[in-house]
Amino acid sequence: MRTILPFGPQHPVLPEPIHLKLVVEDETVVEALPNLGYVHRGLEKLTDIRDYNQMVNIVERVCGICSCIHSLNYCEAVEKLLGLEVPQRAHFLRVMWGEIHRIHSHLLWLGLFADGFGFESLFMQFWRIRERAMDLMEATAGNRVVISTNIVGGVRKDITPEQKAWILAETDKIEKEVRALEKTILDDYTVKKRCCGKGVLTKEQAHQLGAVGPMLRGSGWAQDVRQTGYAAYGQLDFEPVVEYDGDSYARSKVRFREVYAAADLIRQCLAKLPEGEINTKVKGKPEGEVWHRVEQPRGELFYYIKGNGSKNLERVRIRTPTFANIPPLLAVLPGCELADVPVIVLSIDPCISCTER
Amino acid sequence: MLANEQAITVDTLIPECQKRFDAGLRLVGVTAVEIKQDSTFDVLYHFDKDLEVSHIRLNVPKEAPVPSVSGVYFPALLYENEIKDQFGVNFQNILIDFGCTLYLEPEVVKSPFCTFTFARKEKGKEEA
Repeated sequence: MRTILPFGPQHPVLPEPIHLKLVVEDETVVEALPNLGYVHRGLEKLTDIRDYNQMVNIVERVCGICSCIHSLNYCEAVEKLLGLEVPQRAHFLRVMWGEIHRIHSHLLWLGLFADGFGFESLFMQFWRIRERAMDLMEATAGNRVVISTNIVGGVRKDITPEQKAWILAETDKIEKEVRALEKTILDDYTVKKRCCGKGVLTKEQAHQLGAVGPMLRGSGWAQDVRQTGYAAYGQLDFEPVVEYDGDSYARSKVRFREVYAAADLIRQCLAKLPEGEINTKVKGKPEGEVWHRVEQPRGELFYYIKGNGSKNLERVRIRTPTFANIPPLLAVLPGCELADVPVIVLSIDPCISCTER
Repeated sequence: MLANEQAITVDTLIPECQKRFDAGLRLVGVTAVEIKQDSTFDVLYHFDKDLEVSHIRLNVPKEAPVPSVSGVYFPALLYENEIKDQFGVNFQNILIDFGCTLYLEPEVVKSPFCTFTFARKEKGKEEA
């Protein structure tokens, strides 16, 4: 019998509102249709009333979890338009904060993932480790989530030698503690039973449907925007994390390994951190068109910016990773069992805050 | 003008997208920009292959129909529905057409991101 079941907009496994209409035959999903827009904020339109410097704060509020990387992308795009040369130290500090953000985002997701299976203690363990990353941001930037360190022309804050040593020590502890938990979740019978072979996105589908981030790399594509060398990534050793099975389990493994990769990047960054200024004086008003993209924890983030020589930008277009990952999600749901839907949806790490910017 | 950009017309939009699809380019996104001076829209399609980004630019008058490329690139349907809601661009034959109700409530008639353009609400489409 064919039935339409509503999934969301409020669902226990997702703290944010997204609605899927699931067409099911008995217990099998045969079609999924999205309904978005429950919390759309029209942030792009704020270019009309906020100047290009104030927009840094706006784009940070697209998503709290990767706020720092949104502002990094925006600032680099505006700097391209203005032809600004940003000090090297600022580039390295941007990468450091960006990678701390990646760690806290992945740990947040890993906690929610554990919670999705009912492993409440494990959920708290991941979030306990995440607190270390939050403490690092609070101590170095003054805030735990929306840290507001990036500005057009560089960064607002610097770190002291003592903070540098402390960040390195905390990064080591984070990596050690996450490694200790890895087997607990990835070798668990229930997790394997509910993730392996579930929500499979083939390599070909991932490419054709425009998947990004762990969703793309979990399907065998070694593509990560950090390879383009934006900010200071060009001066750091970096290899994208790739898994090949394309299922929910592969995507989870990518995120685990990306926590270790982020820790390694923080270490490299601090080892190579040059001395000098942290920002440069901004002159002129942005004019012309530019695009820029960076790698967020959830995948590629793409900005298009158009300036008209005034203090207000004419257009800011933000294409977030979750928006790109919705078509692949719609492709992997048909054929799965209804009971697997929450875990498959969770496996793309949906950020509705980003989608409804 | 963006680097690696090609300007095209409505007639060549789908063949150009098909050419890129066949060449293995991934659709990164679609952007609409209102050109207030001459009441037109620039619709930009962004593609990627091996971390190299290219763009095609379509300039269309505000009311003019624009064929959907969702038949070639399935993910385009979300971008096109979004632009249809927010800018009122008249996309035709989107694979799943939300009829301007992806983001907008059924009673909203004006496209919020654009001046003097009205959302094309089609009866029954809100149940898409």
